[in-house]
Amino acid sequence: MQKIGVFVCHCGTNIAGTVDVAAVAEALGKLPGVAVAADYPYMCSESGQKMIRDAIREKELGGVVICSCSPRMHEATFRKAAAAEGLNPYLVEIANIREQDSWIHRDRAEATEKAIVLGKAAIEKVKRNAPLTAGESPVVKRALVIGGGIAGIQTALDIAEAGFPVDIVEKEPTIGGKMAQLDKTFPTLDCAACILTPKMVECAQNEKIRIFSYSEVSKVSGFVGNFRVTIRRKARYVDETKCTGCGECTEKCPQKKVPNSFNLGLDNRRAIYIPFAQAVPKVATIDADWCNMLKNGKCGVCAKVCGAGAIDYKQKDTFIEEEYGAIVAATGFRPISLSRYEEYAYGLSRDVVTSLELERLMNAAGPTGGTLLRPSDGKHPHTVVFVQCVGSRCEDGKGKSYCSKICCMYTAKHAMLIREKYPDTEVYVFTIDVRTPGKNFDEFYRRAVEEYGVHYIKGMVGKVLPEPDGSLTVRASDLIANEQLKLSADLVVLAAAVEPDPSARPLATLLTASMDTNDFFTEAHPKLRPVESPTAGVFLSGACQGPKDIPETVAQAGAAAAKVIGLLAKDKLVGNPCVAHSDEMLCNGCSSCEKVCPYGAIHYEEKEFRGPNRTVLKRRVAAVNAAVCQGCGACTVACPSGAMDLHGFSNSQIMAEVDAICR
Amino acid sequence: MPMNSPEKNGVGKEEAFRPKIVAFCCNWCSYAGADLAGTSRLSYPAEVKIIRVPCSCRVNPTFILRAFGRGADGVILCGCHPGDCHYTTGNYYTRRRMTLLFSMLDYLGIERERTRVEWVSAAEGAKFAETMRDFVATVTALGKNRRLEDLRCRN
Repeated sequence: MQKIGVFVCHCGTNIAGTVDVAAVAEALGKLPGVAVAADYPYMCSESGQKMIRDAIREKELGGVVICSCSPRMHEATFRKAAAAEGLNPYLVEIANIREQDSWIHRDRAEATEKAIVLGKAAIEKVKRNAPLTAGESPVVKRALVIGGGIAGIQTALDIAEAGFPVDIVEKEPTIGGKMAQLDKTFPTLDCAACILTPKMVECAQNEKIRIFSYSEVSKVSGFVGNFRVTIRRKARYVDETKCTGCGECTEKCPQKKVPNSFNLGLDNRRAIYIPFAQAVPKVATIDADWCNMLKNGKCGVCAKVCGAGAIDYKQKDTFIEEEYGAIVAATGFRPISLSRYEEYAYGLSRDVVTSLELERLMNAAGPTGGTLLRPSDGKHPHTVVFVQCVGSRCEDGKGKSYCSKICCMYTAKHAMLIREKYPDTEVYVFTIDVRTPGKNFDEFYRRAVEEYGVHYIKGMVGKVLPEPDGSLTVRASDLIANEQLKLSADLVVLAAAVEPDPSARPLATLLTASMDTNDFFTEAHPKLRPVESPTAGVFLSGACQGPKDIPETVAQAGAAAAKVIGLLAKDKLVGNPCVAHSDEMLCNGCSSCEKVCPYGAIHYEEKEFRGPNRTVLKRRVAAVNAAVCQGCGACTVACPSGAMDLHGFSNSQIMAEVDAICR
Repeated sequence: MPMNSPEKNGVGKEEAFRPKIVAFCCNWCSYAGADLAGTSRLSYPAEVKIIRVPCSCRVNPTFILRAFGRGADGVILCGCHPGDCHYTTGNYYTRRRMTLLFSMLDYLGIERERTRVEWVSAAEGAKFAETMRDFVATVTALGKNRRLEDLRCRN
């Protein structure tokens, strides 16, 4: 009989505090087949692992059960320790007595009893484990970055720096993302364009980087190291290879009334446009919703003025298919829609703007040329009121429950910039709290208060009322003075909460990457694997994982790139040996398994079998391609004859666990 | 104090009924959700014992019947939210298979409340703990599973 070793971890007091570990080791040690049972303060430590290795060698163990933390934490550690001693790593099982026992139960007797049951189940499972050998698959040495904001740009640059080719897919006509729309950046007040556009140009000039602008990912198949991705290149009706970006067409186009999306609708642009002067690629795009030629065939001005002959009204969406070893999601964020916040009069008065709109109003390349003017009458505002946490930290169901993280700092920046440029303007900021964790952040906020004389008031704005004379009456509470305030303002700026870009949700489905309840991508481990998605080969960069400021985004983008480089540097990847396999003696070739397989990993073979009286029978039987199978197990349930089974999670193993738990 | 309530210190010598609950959790969402419940120290009854499976679609209806046969009082199956399956379509199979199984159990006269399918993501530790608390309370109220237990397996 197979000899099993059982090792119970104290995890300091994490487990031993609630579970009587010695009693667990003693109880499990009495079970048939268990050759050794011991407990130790830290099994994952060097000496704990040595204890396991010594036991494997001395007792010639044929299976190991570790009662410790979740297998998601240390399964790999213990498998490696077993492999070092010559025991097949897949003969190691973990009983999760920390996350699923000691940490959730307070009653010592109950927790100990449960630990014994979980240990028993693991022992019964390990007895039925088979030694498994993982297959290998080659790695395509090319990465895909989805999203061309600062996160995607930095990730792509870092990967290209290591010598691997990278493609950036950006849904807008230019890369740059939200950062390109900003005026200055906190806490140093650098001009956003001055630090971003050189990076954009670097992307365009780097021969390892290809930019697919105005494109979207439409299909993803394959797995880590071998993704196959279809990219839809939306028709921009301009030949990218011919357009020189001279801008002649964007000046001559007669359709002048298109809301300028880059300026958030604060001014208008033409139907053919280049989003901004430093756009990369600097290629014009025709907005098909507004172009007269595309809508009713009457115009053609841009084609006439284009010296390069780049205009092509008959252009169609094209699809390209490419292989990648790793995929980085960098889809970013957007401010939430404020349609449900009528109390702030957003949409009722043009002088109530979001912070991102204020960025455009203060940007030298924006609709007002950098002079702060009221959108309604173009006059200089003398009183500006900032409202914080519009939709952030909001439990009423209208907004988001989380803190958007960047608003306190950019508002301090806005307030400071306004006071510096227009000392005659009074600035009021209404806050719940001011949150300034970050290098030089609190100093920055204190400067706004102390040097620039910005009035910070703890309290929330209840209502903004547009008055007939064009001013805005702001009703708010001052929690410190405990009084109700009534202010007359010229401009109200709302710090709208940030939310993930809506393109993230369909992308997550394509990538089978998981998301949290707010549609931010989930990381593989919140502390230890913050830039990896739980789906192997998919990495996370920037605000698609959670609200982030620029320094943090750049840091995370670099971290994601490092992970991608680590993956692409490998020539071969060791696969997951826990895949399906078919017993050809039981298989009747019914095709049930083939139909449920999401990966097309099952095919059929004609095989010869020995029949009665020395005859030869030819039968059609299922065969699994282990390199393609991902090990979900759908086929094992669909199989009516029980021929299909899954390595590592076999029918007999799961039933043995069921029996051990119910006994 | 509820600890000294007459129910607890009642005359009955029989121990309070503690159900046996088997929870199948998919590796990618629900098992991680259970781990998050643990990391966040969100308590739920110790009667729940989790079996890790790669995907909820790995759970053969016979495993559930086996659990009931061996004396389980309730079986809960947790997977990723529809549309979020790590294997793209696994939980859709689960949903269909379990609908059939549960209606068969219903036909056999087994209370519907003894079985349940729940979608718990890796970020929903609180939901996992809440679901388990609720499920254990429901099964406890139903009492012991007598109809499906195979007495030959009892020891």
